[in-house]
Amino acid sequence: MTEPLLRLSGLTKAYPGVVANKDVSFDIGYGEVHALLGENGAGKSTLVKTIYGLVKPDAGSMTLEGQPFAPQEPRIARASGIAMVFQHFSLFDAMNVAENIALGMENPPPQAEIAARVRQVSDQYGLPLDPDRIVGELSAGERQRVEIIRCLLQDPKLLIMDEPTSVLTPQEVQILFETLRKLSSEGTAILYISHKLEEIRALCENATVLRLGQVVGTCDPRETSARDMAELMVGTKLHVPEKAPRPVGDVILALKGLSAPAPHRFGTPLRDINLEVRKGEVLGIGGVAGNGQDELVAALSGELRTKRAMVRFQDKDIGHLPPNARRKAGLLAAPEERMGHAAAPDMSLTENAILTATTREGLAKKGFLQWGKARTFAEGVIKAFDVRTPGPQNAARSLSGGNLQKFVIGREIMQRPDVLVVNQPTWGVDASAAAAIRQALLDLAANGSAVIVISQDLDELMEISDRFAALNEGRLSSPRAATGLTVEEIGLMLGGAHDMEVAHVDA
Amino acid sequence: MDLSSINPILLLASLMVAATPILLAAIGELVVERAGVLNLGVEGMMITGAVCGFVVAVNSGSPWLGFVGAAVGGALLSVVFGVLTQFLLSNQVATGLALTLFGLGLSALLGQGYIGIKAPSFPDWDIPLLGDIPIVGPIVFQHDPMVYVGLIIVAGVWAFLKYSRAGLILRAVGENHEAAHALGYHVVRVRMLAIMFGGACAGLGGAYLSLVRVPQWTEGMTAGAGWIALAIVVFASWRPWRLLLGAYLFGGVTVLQLNLQAAGAAIAVEYLSMAPYLATIAVLVIMRAGRAPGSLGQSFHASR
Repeated sequence: MTEPLLRLSGLTKAYPGVVANKDVSFDIGYGEVHALLGENGAGKSTLVKTIYGLVKPDAGSMTLEGQPFAPQEPRIARASGIAMVFQHFSLFDAMNVAENIALGMENPPPQAEIAARVRQVSDQYGLPLDPDRIVGELSAGERQRVEIIRCLLQDPKLLIMDEPTSVLTPQEVQILFETLRKLSSEGTAILYISHKLEEIRALCENATVLRLGQVVGTCDPRETSARDMAELMVGTKLHVPEKAPRPVGDVILALKGLSAPAPHRFGTPLRDINLEVRKGEVLGIGGVAGNGQDELVAALSGELRTKRAMVRFQDKDIGHLPPNARRKAGLLAAPEERMGHAAAPDMSLTENAILTATTREGLAKKGFLQWGKARTFAEGVIKAFDVRTPGPQNAARSLSGGNLQKFVIGREIMQRPDVLVVNQPTWGVDASAAAAIRQALLDLAANGSAVIVISQDLDELMEISDRFAALNEGRLSSPRAATGLTVEEIGLMLGGAHDMEVAHVDA
Repeated sequence: MDLSSINPILLLASLMVAATPILLAAIGELVVERAGVLNLGVEGMMITGAVCGFVVAVNSGSPWLGFVGAAVGGALLSVVFGVLTQFLLSNQVATGLALTLFGLGLSALLGQGYIGIKAPSFPDWDIPLLGDIPIVGPIVFQHDPMVYVGLIIVAGVWAFLKYSRAGLILRAVGENHEAAHALGYHVVRVRMLAIMFGGACAGLGGAYLSLVRVPQWTEGMTAGAGWIALAIVVFASWRPWRLLLGAYLFGGVTVLQLNLQAAGAAIAVEYLSMAPYLATIAVLVIMRAGRAPGSLGQSFHASR
């Protein structure tokens, strides 16, 4: 076949102040697994939204199977055989699986028939799913199955997958890849968006790299090293954090039988967590999203209070203490959600600095704020952590994800914590900022503090942690030395493949 | 006190009548909230419907036309709310409160020449056969037609939300507007239609007061019924049949306290008048409210 399935020619889209896509052209063939690579803000999302009909390009055109293709809205794209698995925002928590699937289809059949087809397709591709379950009660991996099955029921010609593996265990990733390879062998093209380069090397035949909205290169990922692809994405040499051997000191924080009920309906209870953290070590905690990470951070930071003896810090029981008392003692935390949890989006950086640093830095005296001191502190964070912003008077909202994350982590590190707990420190952060944040965490540990890093990015955890433990359904495995752990062992610690199975139809 | 003067059949029969205005307003608000919009202007739309319905009915002589006019009036006022919140992205709570104040003032202006006039009467339907059943007949089957229209709307809304594709889309928009938008549904269009339906229903509820229940026009005659309707939506966990239960409960306590007053109960009248509101609050607190629609009260803008 000389004509590709989908051809993009010169697509350009500008938003006020930023060009999201500039003259983007490439082809996707029938049955091809094509990777789209790029940092956050490189224009990947805008590009796939153009293909899916959510964004109209300012210039350029597309052809699908040789015919001009300009979808006005997603239903037209779906009718033409384009399906998309979103990274976030496309499931409805309070509805059941069948209803969620019906919402993603044109002319859906009656509910009973959908349920039957869900069972059939989920069996065919090894993605078990009960159509009557409420989506809000499903695990992240199961939710993704809902999205994938919703797409498969429409027999798509092109399946777009936006960061599909961020919520899966390594075993689940393997099974997902089997499913995708099977689809590809049946002639379905796949446009695969990710920044996990090893996965792309394992799965994709072709890759297009975007930087600042432009195509900066194409490569065959099977024959290109991950490091070369990363440097193509970033445009500069990457700095790899250095892990120097460090002396490990006494136990500073201990969790003893930490248990807590789920704080809300879709939360996870913590079940009998035992852990000892020593001065000068980085403890990595892995796990698939929704297995108790948020609850564990809350129990450590003091947002979720427990029985006194469950959390022991510097030989004092502090399980009942609220966040500020724990900060005063030297236990600091940076939660996952930057906007609205770690930082108040509409407040300035100075005000955000005050919010957590008042106690330790003395930014208030007799109930009155010390604005000068607070500003100096915020400026110090901005300078030390290379936060790109005009100044501390700017609102947190105006910073990019990576810069705000550097500020949030920097704000805690500058308070010289004895123990720092961070959740997803580099989620949605570009590669160079991520490297800087990891280096800062390692430096903190080198100065004798203990660091607990909770993350879903296993590569990150392997890179910086001394010991590794896994959270699974609110239970924490016993920590093991990180050096020498294999991917398979980690996967088993994370709960294995849950109930997924390999596609077992050889059609 | 002479409790024997309270006729249980009459009590139950007037319960349905007393509950109808709140039921109509609440079922409209239920649809609005299921679409993810919090319109606190129910009181304002009710009283606007009351005056519009009264004016149209007096001038045309037809109570049916009056109800049509009330629905149109309520819907028009709700469009003001819709444009402000859905297109200009104003805060829904503040806009809803403003709508109530605006509706109260507007209705007083429109109704200036109509104070003291009697509305054209709306005779009770004596449904043949069913109305003759002893006890059940007078309780359930001898009311004016609007009582049944209200019940039909409740059943219709239930079936619409449960079985129709449009109802599924409406729930999806209320549950997660980002996701609904990403799948290609028109969030703002769905919400505008829901808001107008809510306005029309609130208008019907108001007109039921001015045309059937009272039946004449006085300023501020809704007297908080719109707020009770809002509370009942929460009480019902956004489900139509529980909403019917809540409206009847409130109607029942209202009628009971009136009867107790007439029977000369040895409790101060003020306490009796408080009773329906206290009962509603008590039930709201005791019954665990269900989960609100995920996007309730949030502004949506398709910026991404």
